[in-house]
Amino acid sequence: MTVNNILIVGVGGQGTILASRVLAAVIVQAGYEVKVSEIHGMAQRGGSVVTQVRWGERVFSPLVPLGAAGVVLAFEKLEALRWLPWLRPGGQMLVNDQRIDPMPVLTGAAVYPEDALARLSAAGAAVTLCDGYALALRAGNAKAVNMVLLGLLSRHLEFPLSAWESALRRTAPEKYLAVNLAAFALGRD
Amino acid sequence: MKQLMTGNEAIARGAWEAGVLVCTAYPGTPSTEITENAARYEQIYAEWSPNEKVALEVGLGASIAGGRALVAMKHVGVNVAADPLFTAAYTGVTGGLVLVSADDPGMHSSQNEQDNRHLARAAKIPVLEPADSQEAKDFTKYAFALSEEYDTPVMLRITTRVAHSQSLVELGEREERTLAPYVKNSHKYVMIPAYARPRHTAVEARLTALGHLAETTPLNRVEWGDRSIGVVTGGIAYQYLKEVRPEVSVLKLGLSYPLPRQKITEFARSVTRLYVAEELEDFWESQLRAWGLDVCGKEIFPRTGELQPEIVAAALAAPLGHSPASLEHSPTPPTPPAAALEAPARPPVLCPGCPHRALFYVLRKMRLVVAGDIGCYTLGCLEPLDSVDTTICMGASIGTAIGMEKTRGREFGRRLVAVIGDSTFIHSGVTGLIDAVYNNAPITLLILDNRTTGMTGHQDNPVTGRTLQGEAYREIDLTRLCRAVGVDRVTTVDPFDLKLLEQTIRAELAAEEPSVIITRRKCALIDREAVRPPLRVERDKCTQCLRCMRLGCPCLALREGETVIDAQCTGCGLCARVCAAGAIGEAGEQ
Ligand code: SF4
Ligand code: SF4
Repeated sequence: MTVNNILIVGVGGQGTILASRVLAAVIVQAGYEVKVSEIHGMAQRGGSVVTQVRWGERVFSPLVPLGAAGVVLAFEKLEALRWLPWLRPGGQMLVNDQRIDPMPVLTGAAVYPEDALARLSAAGAAVTLCDGYALALRAGNAKAVNMVLLGLLSRHLEFPLSAWESALRRTAPEKYLAVNLAAFALGRD
Repeated sequence: MKQLMTGNEAIARGAWEAGVLVCTAYPGTPSTEITENAARYEQIYAEWSPNEKVALEVGLGASIAGGRALVAMKHVGVNVAADPLFTAAYTGVTGGLVLVSADDPGMHSSQNEQDNRHLARAAKIPVLEPADSQEAKDFTKYAFALSEEYDTPVMLRITTRVAHSQSLVELGEREERTLAPYVKNSHKYVMIPAYARPRHTAVEARLTALGHLAETTPLNRVEWGDRSIGVVTGGIAYQYLKEVRPEVSVLKLGLSYPLPRQKITEFARSVTRLYVAEELEDFWESQLRAWGLDVCGKEIFPRTGELQPEIVAAALAAPLGHSPASLEHSPTPPTPPAAALEAPARPPVLCPGCPHRALFYVLRKMRLVVAGDIGCYTLGCLEPLDSVDTTICMGASIGTAIGMEKTRGREFGRRLVAVIGDSTFIHSGVTGLIDAVYNNAPITLLILDNRTTGMTGHQDNPVTGRTLQGEAYREIDLTRLCRAVGVDRVTTVDPFDLKLLEQTIRAELAAEEPSVIITRRKCALIDREAVRPPLRVERDKCTQCLRCMRLGCPCLALREGETVIDAQCTGCGLCARVCAAGAIGEAGEQ
């Protein structure tokens, strides 16, 4: 019984939730049992956020076990580091090239790990870096970073492009569809 | 096709399918989306009540009138609603009445992690505990039938993981129910001692009958496996157990109170070793022990925090027996590797442009003692604002301030303020303010009126005057409300007017009577029109005083010795107001 595990991690307000919604729609369409876990509430005010997505023939726990995620999609570099223990040895770490200083760093109580990417690689993760912001701008809206990253993620999953496109159509607001599709395609390239 | 739903969406769907007519709530994480979703069904009347007590009373009224009603709240909300709950347990129901208690193990968004199965037992009402979204929907529907058949309110207890996790749900049709003619029944619904005494007897008989039901209901099911280990479990703990130890024998409790004594005893006899895997309290375990069963539970499972698959696996792998060593064994989640441990924490912060930031900046500057309350503004307790002394529960700021003032005297009171949000003030702050007036406590109360209920996701409330289902009848006017309870000194200021705010606070602290300062500015997340292009720091003018950094705005950073503003800035201008060198301005000005 194999279960597929993905973590989508980032900072509250970065659009991780919509990204996970599209992914879940693709998985449901493919006929798998799926569980998605995310916590709403206080953390959404700029805190560290995670969506855990699991699918297979049969899934019990909505939580991804430590060291079991085939892919971690990180919207921010420090968050990639934070969730590294959940990545399977040799798993794919897809990282948006963005740095957001948490408050303890801004107040000087902690130091931002400048070497985050090096530490990810040193731990054995297969790291792919993506400039989501630049690609989103190119697609026509700086806010479409989540769609760029979703496109990047889609490269590492078995689902056909058409499934992603139809999920995007069903999940996101109509007026952003063109930008979203463009952003997704740039991320997938 | 099945639909992917959160537990909360599934509960709303289950209520709709069960023919519910009324759904009430006060917003509270992790319960909020239940009522938001119920409000989308046109056959349901849904409301935000001013607090959980009123929500339950409205639900009970609907039930007495013959309709089915769902009332939803977070765990601590049930404390507020406990008064009507404990007597509704005596009156019983006419239409089915279901109370959803959304508990928060791990305290993702709460001030405590109480286990409300204890409250249900104290109130003597049955508890259903779903383990995923399908069960959340099914159990909700069943709860209404159970409520009517046994003439009792039913608690549907969920936890954050069940409320916010999504899994597949088979949808059904709505059961249309006709209201039976209203019949007055004062012996059932007027709880004077003479009528309440026989009701208490009925409650005890009902519990016995529910105990019999627990023996036979399919909600309590045995899944036989390896009989050397038998685990009594339920809720999300069941999922973790199936994940990490699929081979063991399981007794899954869906009706988690009252417990089936015979069924559990037989299960215990059929397995070599008996475990209880439950999140938080030893609610089931203590009952099993009272029945004389030899069971292993909280010696190996934590009593605090959320369970995780890893914790369940580690607990069951630990050496068995009740030796002192195993009693000391306190399970903790597996330690993440060093690389992640060195990742600085990322606590939540007030949003860019948040009106509360200005207020806490001023309070910190004035070095006041601050009795705080529950809402986004609780975040004012974190560095660098760090200006909150107390946060207890909804509405507590005012009473706490009165108690401090009465204990330490007027001198202390001149450096003390209470701080509360608009929605929280309506919820349970008004009575505290009445206390201040009635008992002559010259406290200074700041009502942070940001025109919404921010923390739970921007719900309307009596102050905004818009209802959950989009009607607009009448705004509660905070100024008139405060004056009506006898506060003569009521002023309103824009918190971004830092000078005026500070002056006003000073003046009101000196006043020898209770006073209220309403700080009014819209929540940055609902005030889209206020969003402006990001500001910029002019390098030559900046003197590196770092005063702006005391605001705790996530958009202001010190990079390579320079103050910079990032793209998320909403251009609120607060940093420009505190900058003495005038170094911060609009990008275009430079
Ligand atoms: S949601 Fe509104 S009130 Fe809450 S922190 Fe953000 S801006 Fe402030
Ligand atoms: S950087 Fe300044 S203007 Fe921008 S959001 Fe923060 S305080 Fe407001």
